[in-house]
Amino acid sequence: MIGSIDPILLIASLMVASTPILLAALGELVVEKAGVLNLGVEGMMITGAIAGFIAAVETGSPFAGFVAAAAAGAALSLIFALLTQFLLSNQVATGLALTLFGIGFSALIGQGYTGIRPPATPRLDLGPLSDLPVIGPILFRHDPMVYVSLALVVAVGLFLRRSRAGLILRAVGESHDAAHALGYKVVRIRILAILFGGACAGLGGAYLSLVRVPQWTEGMTAGAGWIALAIVVFASWRPGRVLAGAYLFGGVTVLQLNLQAAGVAIPVQYLSMAPYLITILVLVVISADRSRAALNAPAALGKSFHASS
Amino acid sequence: MTGVEQLGDRPELLAVEGLTKAYPGVVANSDVSFTVAEGEIHALLGENGAGKSTLVKTIYGLVRPDSGQMRMSGAPFAPAEPRAARAAGVAMVFQHFSLFEALTVAENVALGMERPPPQRALSARIRDVSEAYGLPLDPARLVGDLSAGERQRVEIIRCLLQEPRLLIMDEPTSVLTPQEVGILFATLRKLSAEGTAILYISHKLEEIRALCDSATILRRGKVVATCTPREKTARDLAELMVGETLTPPARPAPAEWEGPPALEVSGLTVASPMPFGTSLKGIGFTVKRGEVLGIAGVAGNGQDELLLALSGELRSAPEMVRAAGHPVGQEGPNERRRRGFVSAPEERLGHAAAPAMSLVENALLSGAIRRGLVRRGFVDWRRTRAFAAEVVQDYDVRTPGTHVAARALSGGNLQKFVIGRELSQQPAVIVVNQPTWGVDAAAAAAIRQVLLDRAAEGAAVVVISQDLDELLEIADRFAALNEGRLSAPRPVQGLTVEEIGLMMGGAHGMHAAAGDAGEHLHAQA
Repeated sequence: MIGSIDPILLIASLMVASTPILLAALGELVVEKAGVLNLGVEGMMITGAIAGFIAAVETGSPFAGFVAAAAAGAALSLIFALLTQFLLSNQVATGLALTLFGIGFSALIGQGYTGIRPPATPRLDLGPLSDLPVIGPILFRHDPMVYVSLALVVAVGLFLRRSRAGLILRAVGESHDAAHALGYKVVRIRILAILFGGACAGLGGAYLSLVRVPQWTEGMTAGAGWIALAIVVFASWRPGRVLAGAYLFGGVTVLQLNLQAAGVAIPVQYLSMAPYLITILVLVVISADRSRAALNAPAALGKSFHASS
Repeated sequence: MTGVEQLGDRPELLAVEGLTKAYPGVVANSDVSFTVAEGEIHALLGENGAGKSTLVKTIYGLVRPDSGQMRMSGAPFAPAEPRAARAAGVAMVFQHFSLFEALTVAENVALGMERPPPQRALSARIRDVSEAYGLPLDPARLVGDLSAGERQRVEIIRCLLQEPRLLIMDEPTSVLTPQEVGILFATLRKLSAEGTAILYISHKLEEIRALCDSATILRRGKVVATCTPREKTARDLAELMVGETLTPPARPAPAEWEGPPALEVSGLTVASPMPFGTSLKGIGFTVKRGEVLGIAGVAGNGQDELLLALSGELRSAPEMVRAAGHPVGQEGPNERRRRGFVSAPEERLGHAAAPAMSLVENALLSGAIRRGLVRRGFVDWRRTRAFAAEVVQDYDVRTPGTHVAARALSGGNLQKFVIGRELSQQPAVIVVNQPTWGVDAAAAAAIRQVLLDRAAEGAAVVVISQDLDELLEIADRFAALNEGRLSAPRPVQGLTVEEIGLMMGGAHGMHAAAGDAGEHLHAQA
């Protein structure tokens, strides 16, 4: 019965299943590299999911949906930015509040939208590439957001490693006092990073409601934001490992769904918890070298900054 | 090389006129005026809290003055941010390093420049400039792995690559061995000869006499004197700076005590619990009752770890630490307190004291065991309040009351409270790290005096400090930490500054820029 699972389709659906978490985790990685811990990823994702869904349904354009989702995620993260960067509220508490707010708010504005199908997101037409055997269905028959998320992995990696702006961002996350002494605008840089993180989380949420499911139901992110947060930490703040972690999680999710469908004699509860367990386990093993992981961790993570000293 | 009589010929570079800056409750600078000529090495001399740091932060564009103005080569100069100051040719080496530990040397340098060249070209330039000034550096290394002296080189190189007209150095020698100080001075003289003016901030009088062409002395935010330091004695400068005459601590006559050494450390080897920390390697020493052991060393060579290992926060094999003959290496802080260990770490807020808790609660935290402040699991608040009040009274802690939060006290007052709290517990072994760091001269003298008094009463005292003068003043024997290893303790009598410098690790691979590094060492003695 396991033989009834088609490996090609499995890998192709793995990429679709992983994209929401990958997008959210990449955004959070940039936020944390700037020294800010935003635990509101789940709230921003689900707000993006409903905002994108409404915009796509009302305009009939999935593209407009994704733009609206990014804007809504960024708008929600702006609340977090104002509270933590200007009013110096505690980042952990504010992030948790943001998650609760986002879940409730999305349920409220999404009331009239349950049970509707959104306009389909077209697949990217890559011509003869899509017709290649094996590789074609796996790599070249996806919607544009899958390729956007992969491009974002490379872009974030290059930005942090190679660009001067990325160096300044890392410096702010490493020691905001030293960065301030050198004349860098710590608060401004952090707000920009938070907005980027919010927009990415919003995109991830919209991908769930517009492509992956595609439908709106209350609480549909179901902890994806928390998994994104965990992946950032266990990936030691490296974009490449975030990709690996997200695809691993997506892969096990798709596999266990297939196993459930194939009727394997394992209780459903074990299969459902498998993606969370396996992802955490593998990433813990990868980041077991504590000293190296600590080196990559932003030293000022979660600390409030005020230019008074 | 630069006589005072030449100063009149040099054109004025920076003029500060009537600068005033007030913070709530304190006037940091009040009507401060002075001028610096091109190529001049100008000292800003003053105690902690005299307003030196606020003044240089104003010049560097980090603080905006309430009133007053500055001129740079005759043109009005009012930098709104450090970028503007850098553009005008001002560079600054910070007292507390403005470096990023997880970044490489080259990345750190790039962050301090307006338009850095690509990494590869920058690395080559860092190599060139650092060799030219006798401060070798590897651009690819992580700053977190460097010694304190090497980190300062990174800061200096970062400034030199901008070719500044005015270089500000805020307490640059507090982290250097005497040999490294000599090399730094040679570098600064070379820069001065090339026309770069240097504003040198310090409270170390002999250094200023050896290096600086002129000095502006600040006390409580005001300029109290402008002079040529070479024409004054260190004592004159000290009295100008402090505004009163100081009496060195009195040494009570040594007494002989019976029994085994109060503290014996042998082969103490423990890994550091902190990232970028220094692990201790085979440390050994003994301290008898009534004796003061001074431990010197450049910051970051294992001082924090040694304090942790002695206080019990960092545990080791039982035999590595012995108290009065008993192995205690495996015991935690509370068990050691019962045996009479007291300790005061360097970091006052967050380690020695809980910032948000009141002085009474802080007194309870370390005094509970030896002062019997807890009965059957319940706090005896009446006795605790009395204990806190006693410490405030006996150690002249200036505070509105014992209900005040620890973080509301000034650094010096909190230090007096922390030291007082520990020393009021009939200690048998006292371990302190930087006991007078950031404390004004009168309070520092008082703290040293109590340490000596407790020794005279039979306590064994270990003083870890980066202030050599302090150690030479109060210690009976002297040792130095270097990369987690301790030199063999030697009697203080007859030690020369050169020998002390070698015990601290010498020049750490530096070499002199102009070959005259040796001459300043004598001025240090």
